[in-house]
Parts: sequence; structure tokens; C-alpha cells
Amino acid sequence: MTTRIDLTSTIAGIRSPNPFWLASAPPTDKEYNVVRAFEAGWGGVVWKTLGDDPPIVNVNGPRYGAWWSGDRRVMGFNNIELISDRAFDTNIAEITRVKAAWPDRAMVVSVMFPLDEQVWRKRLAQIEATGADGIEINLGCPHGMSERGMGSAMGQQPDLIEQVTRMAKAATTLPVIVKLTPNVTNILPAALAAKRGGADAVSLINTINSIMSVNLDAMAPEPTIDGKGSHGGYCGEAVRPIALHMVGEIGRFADTRGLPVSAIGGITRWRDAAEFMALGAQNVQVCTAAMVYGFKIVDDMIEGLAQWMQSKGYARLDDFIGHALPKLTDWKFLNLNYVTKAHIDQDLCIKCGRCYIACEDTSHQAISASKNGERHFEVKDDECVGCNLCVEVCPVENCLTMVPMQAGTDPRTGRAIAHDHADWTTHPNNVMACESVETVVKK
Amino acid sequence: MSATRDVTDKRLTARQYADNFADIKPPLDTHQAAVESDRCYFCYDAPCTTACPTHIDIPSFIYKIRSGNLVGSARNILAENIFGAMCARVCPVEDLCEGACVRNTAEDKPVAIGLLQRHATDALLASGEVLFARAPTSGKRVAVVGGGPAGLSCAHRLAMLGHDVSVFEARRKLGGLNEYGIARYKVLDDIAQREVDWLLSIGGITARTGQRVGVDIQLAQLRRDFDAVFLAFGLGAVNALGISDENVPGVFDAVRYIEDLRQACDLSSLPVGRRVIVIGGGMTAIDIAVQTRQLGADEVTLLYRRGPEQMGASGYERELAQSHGVNVRFWSRPRRLVLRDGEAVGVEIERTELVDGKLVATGRTQVLAADMLFKAIGQTLVPDALDDSAREILDTKAGKLRVDENRRTSLAGVWAGGDCVGVSKDLTVAAVQDGKLAAIDIDRTLRA
Ligand SMILES: Cc1cc2nc3c(=O)[nH]c(=O)nc-3n(C[C@H](O)[C@H](O)[C@H](O)COP(=O)(O)OP(=O)(O)OC[C@H]3O[C@@H](n4cnc5c(N)ncnc54)[C@H](O)[C@@H]3O)c2cc1C
Ligand SMILES: Cc1cc2nc3c(=O)[nH]c(=O)nc-3n(C[C@H](O)[C@H](O)[C@H](O)COP(=O)(O)O)c2cc1C
Ligand code: SF4
Ligand code: SF4
Ligand code: SF4
Repeated sequence: MTTRIDLTSTIAGIRSPNPFWLASAPPTDKEYNVVRAFEAGWGGVVWKTLGDDPPIVNVNGPRYGAWWSGDRRVMGFNNIELISDRAFDTNIAEITRVKAAWPDRAMVVSVMFPLDEQVWRKRLAQIEATGADGIEINLGCPHGMSERGMGSAMGQQPDLIEQVTRMAKAATTLPVIVKLTPNVTNILPAALAAKRGGADAVSLINTINSIMSVNLDAMAPEPTIDGKGSHGGYCGEAVRPIALHMVGEIGRFADTRGLPVSAIGGITRWRDAAEFMALGAQNVQVCTAAMVYGFKIVDDMIEGLAQWMQSKGYARLDDFIGHALPKLTDWKFLNLNYVTKAHIDQDLCIKCGRCYIACEDTSHQAISASKNGERHFEVKDDECVGCNLCVEVCPVENCLTMVPMQAGTDPRTGRAIAHDHADWTTHPNNVMACESVETVVKK
Repeated sequence: MSATRDVTDKRLTARQYADNFADIKPPLDTHQAAVESDRCYFCYDAPCTTACPTHIDIPSFIYKIRSGNLVGSARNILAENIFGAMCARVCPVEDLCEGACVRNTAEDKPVAIGLLQRHATDALLASGEVLFARAPTSGKRVAVVGGGPAGLSCAHRLAMLGHDVSVFEARRKLGGLNEYGIARYKVLDDIAQREVDWLLSIGGITARTGQRVGVDIQLAQLRRDFDAVFLAFGLGAVNALGISDENVPGVFDAVRYIEDLRQACDLSSLPVGRRVIVIGGGMTAIDIAVQTRQLGADEVTLLYRRGPEQMGASGYERELAQSHGVNVRFWSRPRRLVLRDGEAVGVEIERTELVDGKLVATGRTQVLAADMLFKAIGQTLVPDALDDSAREILDTKAGKLRVDENRRTSLAGVWAGGDCVGVSKDLTVAAVQDGKLAAIDIDRTLRA
């Protein structure tokens, strides 16, 4: 129980006292914010993206939008902010001061420049002189910058990703992290391109193209600026599942496996970070959660992660990083002989009937709503296909669970529970299935 | 004014009167309503709906609050309960809808159904929208006796169904106990009259106020002139204490006093005793106790002859009394009045106890001094609307009118509902349901 927990994190040779960084965004926009973040305990920051001079300008109307839960918890967030709107030298001076004052924290500087070798060479040299630990290339900003051929406009074209990564690598000795855009159907070509270009790591995800809402009085998208709106970048808790998938793909695909990943997307609590790391991320970056709750949340992130590691007997981050990856597979390899049935714990059931109506209206009519004339909910094993819908809609934790059938006969199919593995690759209904497929897969 | 008893008006400052009679359960604002409505699980065959005597589709009306569809929400409520705004304020929800909410099971905290119901119906009343249209006229005419919640609920439903309705009401104003009986801090801003006005705006309902059936017009006449009659005259008198000399100065009828309290423009004009004793254990007893305390009485003692479990008032009401400094004494009953100069100045009480399930007096007595003594031991039916031809519908033993499940009496063409029948508890919401059911059955009968 008294394992000493070491949260020290290293990615692409960049060390930080813990794996919690702030992502390149308003929380890392300037010295004042970053110093407050370090005081609060954040392990590192990726400074708000620097562009070449003259600096860009932001809109002066609203630039953020949100999707709320009933009690106005921010579930999803979106923005039409551009990169840093301050002069390059101003940022450089502040980065130099902060790094000198906080030498143990990771200081990575995010950049976005046009495809011009001169610019990259000049600007990266200036950044290197600040004492910063690394560079992050922003290939993800999906609005504004992309209209100028940068950000996600570059990030959606693997050849440009490779080219710009190579340019950056040639211009600096600092580690280079390439930040990927999720606005692609498959993340792997982008990750591969970054790898080919010599990236020391990738970070993902940047924000997702989105329209937050439409104002039905003004008949205009929100946020609305002088009567009009444009799409923005989506982030916050709602995007976490998308980010988890993309991080997992990079971790399990043979050609990208081993490429260090800094995970971003909806990380709000320590558990989110642990999940990304279990799927292979070396560390995590946070933006929206900090913007919603302030910097203090890192306290729970550090403590909660350490507590959990303690309880599992993990002493270092490496003890669990990537441990869920071997279990991430293709649908076709899932065991079709594995049979589960929903089960209701009658002591916990509050008799809301949600499981019943969900199953009755939209699934398999496998839950009964009364017993001996009383309100009572019970699963009919001979109808239940184990789909999990009832589990997801039940408002009481652990009340409805999926119970694997260990032996006997599945009353729905009348087939005996088999203990061997049988998946789609060998299924008789699969017209493509033949012995050769199986042998190819096993190789 | 009395020389022997300390009874006076103007016990408080204007500010204190205002504070003491402010809204006892303040309404939810938009944000609070959004948060609270999000707590509803949208149950299937919802237990709250079953528990509501008018069977409002509660999950649907709450879902619509969450979606910002307040008109639709109010429509769900008012379609089943035309007094939705009043009921939201006066229903003992802990015994009804909220008591059945599944969130009690998991966390002991039901969805605040009453407050949400108020949120939607208040918005509708403020908008003045009519909501319900009348069916093509049937040419049938129905008389309603009594303009309380039972009578008006019936009248509204009949009007909706295309019939023409005349409401005979003995008093000057419609509303029944909504207007004259409910505790003042539950029904602010003239909600009772605003609700009645909105309800009448459907059209087809003629209010004949100041017409006491049995005095100004006879039931037999109504039965001749109309196609159907609905009796909803409530309970007109309070029960007697059953001790001698109770009709002396110093002894008051709680319901009468509350009527003055509800109608008073200026609360400081109401005389109230320094020491008040209330006899009874129901909603009326709690209401008079709390309201006299709020009018500035120093000491208010409520005497109830049984224990808390047997009390007619709900747990919430009991807490309300206690949190307002009312001293509740269980197992105590009045034995005789203490008189001075022909006025009641106190009461001798006797301790009671349960022996083999029977309430018995113990012989242990005590004298309590009082400047005002209130009788609040239940009301009784005054059958003056029933002429000889109609006496048969009165169940003299129960003291209520006899009806079937459709609220039909044994007299041809006569239905009855509300407090004057004995189908369910004497509650506003139950009266509304009676009126609704009777209207549906009357309609069915008239069209047959
Ligand atoms: C003090 C008090 C507080 C209460 N508080 C609550 C509460 O908080 N919540 C709750 O749910 N319930 C409460 N109740 C009970 C509730 O008010 C009644 O159950 C409800 O009003 C019954 O409705 P009704 O239409 O049957 O009768 P009433 O509301 O009594 O209406 C009957 C109407 O008939 C009229 N009438 C009587 N005789 C004649 C006649 N011969 N001719 C013409 N008209 C006549 C009367 O003037 C009256 O307007 C309370 C009752 C009292 C007395
Ligand atoms: C207001 C705002 C501004 C952002 N600006 C940048 C930026 O300048 N450069 C960048 O690489 N990412 C930027 N991002 C993206 C974030 O760094 C991050 O990748 C994304 O928000 C997902 O993480 P989250 O869910 O924790 O917010 C911005 C995000 C927000 C909300
Ligand atoms: S959803 Fe859960 S709590 Fe509700 S009835 Fe079904 S098992 Fe019970
Ligand atoms: S009418 Fe009364 S019991 Fe019915 S839902 Fe409304 S508040 Fe609850
Ligand atoms: S029982 Fe409670 S949670 Fe269920 S529908 Fe009714 S109010 Fe909502």
C-alpha cells in the first residue's frame, strides 16, 4: 500500500513533474496566466500558438459557444478564436522569463507559419533562445486560420504535414510535436505523415468543425457577430470519445505504434487522463476544463491519479501507459460465443421503468413491467440479446448490469454456451470467410 | 373588544405583516426550473401520475419545461386539472405526486413537481392564453350548485364539451375555499380570482353569484329547468366540540376567521389574541394556528386528542406549524371551558391515551389560559340545498352525499362531487377530479 507514486512524465525527451499540461489556448496565452497555472501545479504548458508578425486579429464580438446540461454544466464548448493576437517578440520575452523562473516545468511553444523555410528558420531560432523545451506545430485550428491555408487546411493533407514537419525539424534542435486535426475521416495518414517528417511526438485532438447552435429569433448561428456566425472548433467533455478513438488508433496501428502521443480532448478529471494513457498516451493536455473551472482542478487530477495508481500498485506512469491497447481490436475479432444477459438488482431498482420502455419501444421487448399485478421490472432472458441499452438508460448505478453466461444454454437461441472463441472471420454467414483469411489474420 | 381577554389588532408593523404573509414556497425562476426539470427521469407509466388524483402526465409536462415549451407543459397539466395553478400551491404533494416520485427511493429527494407545475401554469395564466376551445354547442344546459373547485372544474369541462352551464353560488365571489379557505401565504397575488377569470374565459359558463340553492332557488326547479345538475356545495358548517357552553365569546370558528383573513385588505385590522388555543388535528387546525401566530399571537397551542401518526395534517404541515413556533400538544382533549364574565378565558384539558386501540381519557387534567379558542375539528355538510325530493342521496351516517364512481347520485339527472361527497379525502385536487369525472359522465349521458 505504501508504494511511492512517481508522476514524473517524459514525452519526446521533455520532462515534467506530472503529466498534466495545459493545451495551447487562452489559458496559456501570456505570462500572467501561465505563472498562475504553474503556481496551481500544472506540469507544463503549450504556449498559445505564435504566428509570424504582424499578429492576427480576433473578432471583437463573442467568440465562444457552449452546450449545457440541465444545470448548465458545460458539456461541449466551441470557439472561433484565432492564434495569438500579440506580437511575436512580446510572447518571446514572456516565455523566456517564465521558463527561467520555472525551470522544472515543461515549456512547449506552439507555432503556425506558412510554408516558408525562411520564416521557420528565423522564428524557431528565436524560440530556441528562450530556453523552451520543445515546439508544437499547430496543424489543427479549423476556423479562420484554415481559410488562409494554414491550421487544419495543412493538417488535412498528409504531404503538407510531412513537409512542414521536415521544415521545422531542419530549423531547430528542439523536440517537435505535431498537433493533429480530428477533421479527417481517418487519423492514421496524418500521424504517419508526421512520423515520416521526423516528428518526435504527435498531439491530438485539436478542435472539431462545429456549429454550436442556431439562434431561432435571429435566425443565425451562434456565437453571432453582427448578425452572422461561422463554424468554430468543438471541444470539451463531449469530444472525449472521439479523441480516445483517435489516440487508440495511433497506438494500435503497426506503423504508428510507438510514436509518442500527447492526448487532448475533453480531459476534465484524473480518470479521463488515466483512460487516455491506458490507450498509449504519454501525457495529456487540458483546455476547456481549465477554461470552465479555473486552474485549481489540477489538484484533483494529480491527487486522484496518484491515489488510483496506488490502489492498483502502479509506481510510475510507464507501469500502465498503453496497457489497454492490446485489448483494442477490430469488430471482426470479437468473440461471438460470448453471451451476456441484462440483470436487474431488485434491491437497487427504483422502478422508474426507463429500461422497460427503452427495450419495449426500441429494442427487443425483453423486459417485463409487472409481476402479480405489481409494478416490477425484470429481464426476460429468452428475449434479451444483451445489447446494453437498458444498462445505459438506468438512472441508478450498478442496478442494471450485464452478466456473462458461464455455462448452460442461451434461452434465446437455444444454443449451448461454447467456451471457445468464434468470431466473424470464421462465421458461416461471412461469405468472405475461409481458412486463408484466418491464417492471414493470425500472422 | 373584551375586557377580560387580551385580543387586539395592530400587533405588528406593516413590514412584519408583509413578511409573515409572503409566499411560503417562493416560485422557481427559469434557471431553477431548468435544473429541477432535468432531475426528472421521464418514468414509464410514472408513479407520480398514478398518485396525482387528477392523473396529470407529469413526466411530459416536466419534459416540456426542460425544452422551453411552457405552453405545451401547461396544456398537459390543465387538460387533466383545470385548477393546476392552485393545486401546485396547495396540494399536500408529499402525500401525493412527490411522495410517489422514484427519486425518493434512491436519494430521499423527489422532483419538486408542485413547484414545476406552478412554473408552467403561472406562465400560462400570465399570458392569458385560452388553450381550450369549445366543442360545437350541444344545446344542453347544466346547472352547477357551488362555485368551488369541484363545481368550476365540472363547469369548465362541460363548457369544453359544448354544453351551456349556469353556476349557482351562494357567495359574492366564485372560487369556494380557494377564495375563502386556503391559507393566505399559499395563494398570493389574487391567484384564486385570476385563475377563475382565466377558467371562465372559455365561454359558455354563466355565473349566478349570490344565489343560494334551497333559499333563492330550489333544487326541484333546477332539475326541471336544466338537463342535468351537479351538486358541489362543499361543507358549510364546522363540527361542534361537544362540550357545554361552547357558543360564548372567546370561542371562534377557525374557518370563519380564515375567511376574514383571506378577504382582509389590511391585515392589521384583524384582532388576534395574545394566547391562542386551537383544537383539532387537520389542515384547518394547522392553518389557523400558523396564521394567528403570523398575525402576532405570542403563544399558540394546538391541542390534538391523538398522536402525530393519526393527525390529518401531513408531515410537511406539522413541520410548518412547529417551525413557526406553534406548540403542538398531542394526546390532549378539551374537557370544559373556563369562563369569566360569560366569556371563555381558558380550557381545562384532559390527557388521553390509547388502550387496546381505543382512545380513553386518563383523568389527568390541566387548565390552559387563552385569549382566543379556535374550533378546527372538521366541517360538516349543511343539507339546505336538498329539498325533500332529494333527501335520499344524503348518507346521514357518513354526513356526505352518496355517489357512484362516475359521481352520479341515485336521483335521475343529478351528480355530485367535492367535499360534499365521500369518495376521497377533502382536498382541492380531489374536488377537481370529481368535477371532471362528473362532467365526462354527464356528457356521455346527455349524448346517449
Ligand atoms: C381552512 C382550510 C384550508 C384548506 N387547505 C387546503 C390545502 O392547503 N390543500 C388542499 O388540497 N385542500 C385544502 N382544504 C380543502 C379544500 O379547500 C377543499 O377540499 C375544496 O375546496 C373542496 O372543494 P368543493 O368545491 O367541494 O367545496 P368548496 O370549496 O367548499 O366550495 C363550495 C361552494 O359552494 C357554495 N355553496 C354552499 N352551499 C351552497 C348553496 N346552497 N347554494 C349555492 N352555493 C352554495 C359555497 O359558497 C362554496 O363557494 C382546506 C380547507 C379548509 C377549510
Ligand atoms: C478558445 C480556444 C482557443 C484555442 N486556441 C488554440 C490555439 O491557438 N492553438 C492550438 O493548437 N489549439 C487551440 N485550441 C485547441 C485546444 O488546445 C485543444 O486542442 C482543444 O480545445 C481540445 O481540448 P479540450 O477538450 O481540453 O478543450 C483552442 C481551444 C479553445 C477552446
Ligand atoms: S431503469 Fe433501472 S431503476 Fe429504472 S426500472 Fe429499470 S432497472 Fe429499475
Ligand atoms: S395536481 Fe397536485 S397532486 Fe397532482 S401533480 Fe399537481 S401538485 Fe401533484
Ligand atoms: S416519478 Fe419522479 S422522476 Fe419519475 S416521472 Fe415522476 S417526477 Fe419524474
